[in-house]
Amino acid sequence: MELPLLHLALVGTPNSGKTSLFNALTGSRQKVANYPGVTVERKEGFFVTPMGRQVSVVDLPGTYSLRGRSPDEEITRDFVLGKATGETVPDLVLCVADSTNLRLTIRLLLELKRTGRPMILVLNMFDIASRRGITVDVERLAKELGVPVVTSIAVRKGGTADLLALTDEISAKLATEPQENSWRALSVSELRATQREADRIIADCVSLPASPDTWTARIDAVVLHPVGGLIVLTLILFVMFQAVFAWAQPAMELLKSGFDALGELVQATLPEGLLQSFLQNGVISGVGSVIVFLPQIILIFLFILLLEDFGYMARAAFLMDRIMGGAGLHGRAFIPLLSSFACAIPGIMATRVIDNKRDRLTTILIAPLMTCSARIPVYTLIISAFIPAKDVWGFINLQGLVMFGLYATGIVSALAVSFVIKFFMIRDYTPAPFMLELPDYKMPRLKSIAIGIYTRAKMFLQRAGTTIFSMMVLIWFLASFPQPPAGSTEPAIDFSLAAMIGKALAPLLAPVGFNWQIAVALIPGMAAREVAVAALGTVYAIEGGKEAAEQIGQVLATKWSLATALSMLAWYIFAPQCASTLAVIRRETGSWGWMGVTFTYMLVLAYAASLLTYNVAVALGAG
Amino acid sequence: MTDTTDTRSHMPLGLAQRGYTGVIQHLAAKQAGSALSDVELESRLIELGFVEGARVEILHEGLVGRDPIAVRVDNITIAVRRREAMAIIVA
Repeated sequence: MELPLLHLALVGTPNSGKTSLFNALTGSRQKVANYPGVTVERKEGFFVTPMGRQVSVVDLPGTYSLRGRSPDEEITRDFVLGKATGETVPDLVLCVADSTNLRLTIRLLLELKRTGRPMILVLNMFDIASRRGITVDVERLAKELGVPVVTSIAVRKGGTADLLALTDEISAKLATEPQENSWRALSVSELRATQREADRIIADCVSLPASPDTWTARIDAVVLHPVGGLIVLTLILFVMFQAVFAWAQPAMELLKSGFDALGELVQATLPEGLLQSFLQNGVISGVGSVIVFLPQIILIFLFILLLEDFGYMARAAFLMDRIMGGAGLHGRAFIPLLSSFACAIPGIMATRVIDNKRDRLTTILIAPLMTCSARIPVYTLIISAFIPAKDVWGFINLQGLVMFGLYATGIVSALAVSFVIKFFMIRDYTPAPFMLELPDYKMPRLKSIAIGIYTRAKMFLQRAGTTIFSMMVLIWFLASFPQPPAGSTEPAIDFSLAAMIGKALAPLLAPVGFNWQIAVALIPGMAAREVAVAALGTVYAIEGGKEAAEQIGQVLATKWSLATALSMLAWYIFAPQCASTLAVIRRETGSWGWMGVTFTYMLVLAYAASLLTYNVAVALGAG
Repeated sequence: MTDTTDTRSHMPLGLAQRGYTGVIQHLAAKQAGSALSDVELESRLIELGFVEGARVEILHEGLVGRDPIAVRVDNITIAVRRREAMAIIVA
């Protein structure tokens, strides 16, 4: 008889290794979505137990208690209590603990027990605990807590075998009648009593060595040094951006020549005409010019995931707290803002860790100013076409330096906008508290990182395959129809719908140095910033014929002045050109108004920055 | 508390220097001037392990105003601003 799907839920404090356990259990069989009505990320994965039971496991947001003081924590509470909309009550709750740090998890577990859900305490990272000389009397702990306890090493092959066996054993005899739920929010004195109880149990069952993790102490001595720490942080960011620009080049060129070859193949095999033009100019050069940026996106996520897994992100927040505080930002905003370098959408969603509404709103408003990976294609294209690839001061790549400058401008503008918001909107206010655990450093694990990168790369490619592809088809259509009258000598695109739209917008954009081709490219760029590159490619390909399609950069170098190129870079630092980001802002703030504010202020800044850049450049002779 | 052997006077952790070690005597959320309500601040401090009897040590300080501070609480490290640390009375 086929048993029904077994529903597991992972609960734990932040940094308990919950996510690496989730990855170890499910591998790449994961589904990421949102809980209905809120933008809390819902991570579900699937696996089969040794006895053949099909299991669904949900990785719930990390929390220190069931009080639910943020949307994330409310989800965890409601899910465990079976109150989350559209969710099944979990059959079994896995409470995940970092074995080197049991105090806070044992307290959480004592609170969780009151919900009456069947539960297992998973002592994760048990290898690290053993290495540090921490010994746990597992049997006694289970007896004291009244909950089965199992050890696991999520990052090692076979490290979850005991957990799987226990899951089988427990699920075979799970009671079907509903259990008593006696949970209610704890008062301060109950909370204190629970922590006392937890400390008593730990004193009875766990022996701790006197010395803390020496490696963490040694690294922190440098990394959290008031001055040295900031230097290290700057170096890390600098290496990250040099890497994204320089190291990704070989892989990108490989991809590019692959797409070029494919385009030539299509050109050689198909007869000249609409189908050939559609495949070569619309599909291959359009989608190809976006997919080429996959190596850079993988690199930036690699850095972010590595720093996160290593435990550095919390340190960065610590270092930046007061400095960002000067601009009216909370230290916790650092992580969402850093994620926004990959994409503003996860960044804006990550602002949920900021529990103060004003701090959160400010962070949401400025997150789109962080240079997201979708801008990289635009920046790269223009930089490689207009900025010479020479070294300055012997070792710094000039192109990398310009890239760094663009990122820096984004950051400085974000801080300035935040300062203005603080000044005008939020007078006389007490800063929200900054309280954050600084976890011990851990060696990042390849498998976890690989799964993380794989999920993100898949999302990017899906976007390239759907949104970007359909936009490219639309652009190709606009740029190809109506067809030029027979016998005309001018480029075909001059007769198209795209030219009409572009030329209608051109007078508005002329003061900032944009021609009508750019105006055409900016429209589909609303769907996703990187589409602008492909759109430029399509527009110039159809205009200039086959040779042009192969080297967008070289074409731009001949068609644009340096002033126009610089103006375009300035535009892209600020332009609110991403419909998905705007949609997320609306959802997260629950207001069309804030979305409108974001759109307007960014557009105004973009126009002003381009206007200034263009005119200064022209005045300096770059027109 | 019944800690009669301690000759040092009680002080808020928020005033302590880097390198300070001590034991938490009690929590006084009212003294902190935090944006959080007293109950909320006290709850959060307890949830991060700041309970009576816990050993604390200030490991690191930030650059601006020597704030925030990284505090070792028994065997974990918590970053907290001095403003909130005023609620933690140590000796």
